[in-house]
Amino acid sequence: MVTEQQDYAYNSKIEGEVVVSKADAVINWVRSHSVWPMPMGLACCAIELMGVGASKFDIARFGMEVMRFSPRQSDCMIVAGTVTYKMAQAVRRVYDQMAEPKWVVAMGACASTGGMYRSYATLQGVDRILPVDIYVSGCPPRPEALLDGMMRLQDKIKNEKSLYQMKKGREDPDHLPTGPR
Amino acid sequence: MNFEEIFSELKRKEAKDCDSFICEGKDLVNTLEALKAKGYEMLIDLTAIDHGVEASPRFSTIYHLLSLGEKNYLRISVDCEAREEPVVPSVVEVFPAAEWHEREAFDMFGIKFENHPDMRRILMWDEYEHFPLRKDFPLAGIESEYPEQDVVERTDLKVKAAPMAGGPFVADTAGPMSQTEPMAKDQSWTESKPKKEA
Repeated sequence: MVTEQQDYAYNSKIEGEVVVSKADAVINWVRSHSVWPMPMGLACCAIELMGVGASKFDIARFGMEVMRFSPRQSDCMIVAGTVTYKMAQAVRRVYDQMAEPKWVVAMGACASTGGMYRSYATLQGVDRILPVDIYVSGCPPRPEALLDGMMRLQDKIKNEKSLYQMKKGREDPDHLPTGPR
Repeated sequence: MNFEEIFSELKRKEAKDCDSFICEGKDLVNTLEALKAKGYEMLIDLTAIDHGVEASPRFSTIYHLLSLGEKNYLRISVDCEAREEPVVPSVVEVFPAAEWHEREAFDMFGIKFENHPDMRRILMWDEYEHFPLRKDFPLAGIESEYPEQDVVERTDLKVKAAPMAGGPFVADTAGPMSQTEPMAKDQSWTESKPKKEA
């Protein structure tokens, strides 16, 4: 039986060529679906990160497939692995080189707390040098866990006061979070 | 091969796994060169041992060689005379592979390798003052300043001792999984609870 097709989608003839929304909602919608990760792969977590980027788990479903190895072109640092004190300064400098707005995901036990490396050489959690937005548990986390973390990051981005921050950033470039003090 | 007859400077040492010899530091480079000419052409490993703060000799360096022709492993150990600033001749001239191994032994034990082309730390940063694998170095580490000034300015980062809370991590096999995570048995010293001075 053939039924008459009805178009329930947006009808420009009725509603006009205008969408009414809030600036924050639009900015955050754009930002959250176009996260460009900076893969700070330092240990085995980076292997899972590669899995997330590959076809089976496919981070492209969330608009994050453009991994950039240049901090200038990325806005979310995924710290995947053990941060040693010797590496910490490089991690921090790469973070400093990223343009605002930027976010940090601590992937796995080592990046979050130092993990099983309770030692003289290991930074006990990357949150000692970076403002971490999302912690992903696991050693290493399953790709699904990282994807879950990235979706939570999207939720977080969607609730940010982006317009207010942009305005404040123009007035005072130093107001932005620089990390734990 | 009858090593003692060919190499008079080698003293046999009892070992359960492979031929093991003690060599004097001054003979080391010549001996390794001669062994290399006899077919022991592969340096498998180079490491060091701290026998303890009171022990004499305190430090030894260990060289593992492999003869691919004879299918035989060989271990040479060299005892260091000095207790605090031990010195051993570098074997980089004979085995270029030794370069980073010697840097690691220097980094971890503070053993200086004479005539090494680039005697710097390899794992820890250059300004670090301690030698972590020495027996008198605490497992948790020693608090020290972080060397990169720009990072310190932004984050107040310090190299802090990581509380071991009574020793290495162990995992309980009994009980629910939430309680069987590897953790230290003794939780009396953690990041939030400072260590009680004895």
